[in-house]
Amino acid sequence: MANAATSPLGVYLDYLAKGELAYQFSTEANVAIFYPRVICPITGSDNLEWRTSKGIGTVHATTVVSPQKGEPYNIALIDMDEGFRLMSRVEDIPPLDVRIGMRVQFRVHPAEGDEPPYPVFTPTGAA
Amino acid sequence: MNGLTRGSAAIVGAAESDIGAVAANMSPLDLMAQGIHRALADCGLKLSDVDGLFCATTQARTSAMSLCEYLRLPSVYTDSTIVGGSSFEVHVAHAQAALEANLCSVAVIAYGSTQRTVGRRQASAREYNPYETPFRPFLPASAYALAASRHMHEFGTTREQLAEVAVAAREWALLNPVAWEKKPLSIDEVLSARPISYPFTVRDCCLITDGGGAIVMVSAERARDLAKPSVYVLGCGQAITHASISSMPDLTVTGAHQSGAAAYRMAQMRESDIDVLALYDAFTINTILFLEDLGFCPKGEGGRFVSGGRIGPKGSLPVNTNGGGLSYCHPGMYGLFLLIEAVRQLRGECGARQVAQAETALVHGNGGVLSAQATVILGTQATL
Repeated sequence: MANAATSPLGVYLDYLAKGELAYQFSTEANVAIFYPRVICPITGSDNLEWRTSKGIGTVHATTVVSPQKGEPYNIALIDMDEGFRLMSRVEDIPPLDVRIGMRVQFRVHPAEGDEPPYPVFTPTGAA
Repeated sequence: MNGLTRGSAAIVGAAESDIGAVAANMSPLDLMAQGIHRALADCGLKLSDVDGLFCATTQARTSAMSLCEYLRLPSVYTDSTIVGGSSFEVHVAHAQAALEANLCSVAVIAYGSTQRTVGRRQASAREYNPYETPFRPFLPASAYALAASRHMHEFGTTREQLAEVAVAAREWALLNPVAWEKKPLSIDEVLSARPISYPFTVRDCCLITDGGGAIVMVSAERARDLAKPSVYVLGCGQAITHASISSMPDLTVTGAHQSGAAAYRMAQMRESDIDVLALYDAFTINTILFLEDLGFCPKGEGGRFVSGGRIGPKGSLPVNTNGGGLSYCHPGMYGLFLLIEAVRQLRGECGARQVAQAETALVHGNGGVLSAQATVILGTQATL
């Protein structure tokens, strides 16, 4: 069998570079899978379909890191409407104002130097 | 499924190495060896009796190999399973299995860490996780803080209730001569301490110390010949629900629910049969989650349960009598110290902090970010 031409992370990052938040869907288990994998952890099958999120989610948990140097910043777990959860941060509001249950909208934090792009969020309705 | 036999093996020796801040250039292997030397002396066995080595440290990638070299034990049975801080509770189950299968007859479980001396980053470098690292979570604290935020949201748990856990640990520590912390602590002092990762201040977080130690295990049959009272392994259980916090199935329910159920089943006991508890308190939320998941109070009630000093020296349920990872010692993987304290309580060696008539102890280890849960139930000869 020939080696795989792409990796789960590689495909995910390619989507992010295009401004899209991608996840996998197991059609056999009828469930969203995140982080992206080579096989479905529920069925064991390698039949995982790539889908892109509409980008709307809800804050599931939140914390504010207070570094010894620099400004406090937010870390949140976001439940996407498609049924998967990811770590991210909510931007554009003070970090302590991020609330569980808050509806948030995805945007891409672009690649910088060696650092690949990653998904961040803002409260829905914000500019 | 649990193939181990209740009471088939016993912990017969237990000792800390140097703890707190150790001498310059002391290595993790030095601390393991010091712990082994003291634990063997504790039970009257010799290094040449040892034919099973179980060990883990974040500072030696192949720790069993390094320890075999250090001790010149070329043909012993080895197991360096590492699942974070609960590795040593897992080792107890693995050692019991090895003893039952006659793969070894004298098993030593050892740990050593110099994280305070060399710095946490060098002692335990974080793996890059492309789905978490870009957000710079302050790990492990931020992961536990996320779980705490959810517990506060769902059940109304307060920062004051989290602080109760730290205050109880401190009160126990003041009764332990080798505890790192020596001064009293109030709830207000916990709340107003330096913020780390909301809702945690530095007083909601474990210490950063050096330290190590060892325990010695033999079959119940062999244990009868040794001088000090033996402590029998009555029940074991483990569960690994995730590795990174974004993959934890439910932030308010840990794998202690499964590991505890397995340990109770093997021990043929329930929570009301337990006299003293040693719960892995890396952060204040841990103790609350584990009290719930191990059945000592209903889910969501943990914050209210610990209020009013219930788990402190004057309370009704003795938890973390050595002062815990919060106030006694925490070299990064704390699980071995839970076992050492439980052994001492069941032998009646704890002086001012001794729990009266302690016959059973529940030890609960935690590894990663609420990831790897392992429960061990121990008992005196009378519980067999």
